[in-house]
Amino acid sequence: MEAGTITITGHEGDEIEAYLARPTGRAAFGGMVVIHHLPGYDAGTKEIVRRFAAEGYAALCPNLYSRQAPGASPDDAAAFVRAQGGIRDEQLVGDVDGAARHLRGLPGATGKVGVIGYCSGGRHSFLAACSLQLDAAVDCYGACVVNPPPAGFPLAVEPLIGLAPQLSCPLLGLFGADDKFPSPEETATLSAELDRLGKPHEFHTYDGAGHAFFSVDRPAYRPEAAVDGWAKIFAFLGTHLAG
Amino acid sequence: MCTYITEKVAVEGSAKGADGWFALTHATAYVDHPVHAPFGHTVNIDFLAPERGPSARVAVELTEEDARALVGAITRALAAAPPGIASREQ
Repeated sequence: MEAGTITITGHEGDEIEAYLARPTGRAAFGGMVVIHHLPGYDAGTKEIVRRFAAEGYAALCPNLYSRQAPGASPDDAAAFVRAQGGIRDEQLVGDVDGAARHLRGLPGATGKVGVIGYCSGGRHSFLAACSLQLDAAVDCYGACVVNPPPAGFPLAVEPLIGLAPQLSCPLLGLFGADDKFPSPEETATLSAELDRLGKPHEFHTYDGAGHAFFSVDRPAYRPEAAVDGWAKIFAFLGTHLAG
Repeated sequence: MCTYITEKVAVEGSAKGADGWFALTHATAYVDHPVHAPFGHTVNIDFLAPERGPSARVAVELTEEDARALVGAITRALAAAPPGIASREQ
């Protein structure tokens, strides 16, 4: 594979930093936009990008904090952006759109593009899939998709379930049974709403796992859930991004 | 969970970061995922000078118990000192 930092055109034509990994020696490949979590465009997220390339997809992660904190270390950038109230949903959608366009334009691209995000990026993945024409979406434990923020935490984010009728592609949801944000009740509500709307989706909730069970460098890591989750991701992409 | 809620106060003082000492203008406190501490969530406190850029930051990540203990320690240290001795108006 080839991997490295590039510049792409994001929301409102802004030039932003992004991390691209793509397979070499492959005639045709689908694309995945990887949305980083709230702690930023960090080493763990770049590792995820490379994992998709190792499995035969071109993957691209836009640095959502590129505008406010260019060149800063990921944790400093995340703290800096956070102190300013975070990033707006419309900016996220514009940046994912820019990343998807870049992936579709790569030599060898099939034109099919999916999106995946973890934690806050899980909510962002659903938002992008309801706002853009995509081919597959993966939501890894994104909170505040169904429920508003809990009492006492007046978050600057809104629930997204009202956008579900616009969901443009099949959705894979991977959640932890011990997670409170999103809780199993919340993800069950989303699943029921997608059933009602006839939107194809596949949800898995892992016992013994909580929030962030994919994070290999965190105490929340749950190997059994993560290994099975990765297998589910690549099976899902094999169905929806192949060809 | 990820919360954007950040308690922010203007502060006057100094902190020592990766590039040495710098004058502070703000401090923030929030409960969220840590970058380094081995817990799911921590109380995160940043000492900042935003006009110097994102890297002008001294960060700590504490457990809830230890953050409360630190608040108590600061309160006791101030109570043991003559009032106003460390004031902006000293």
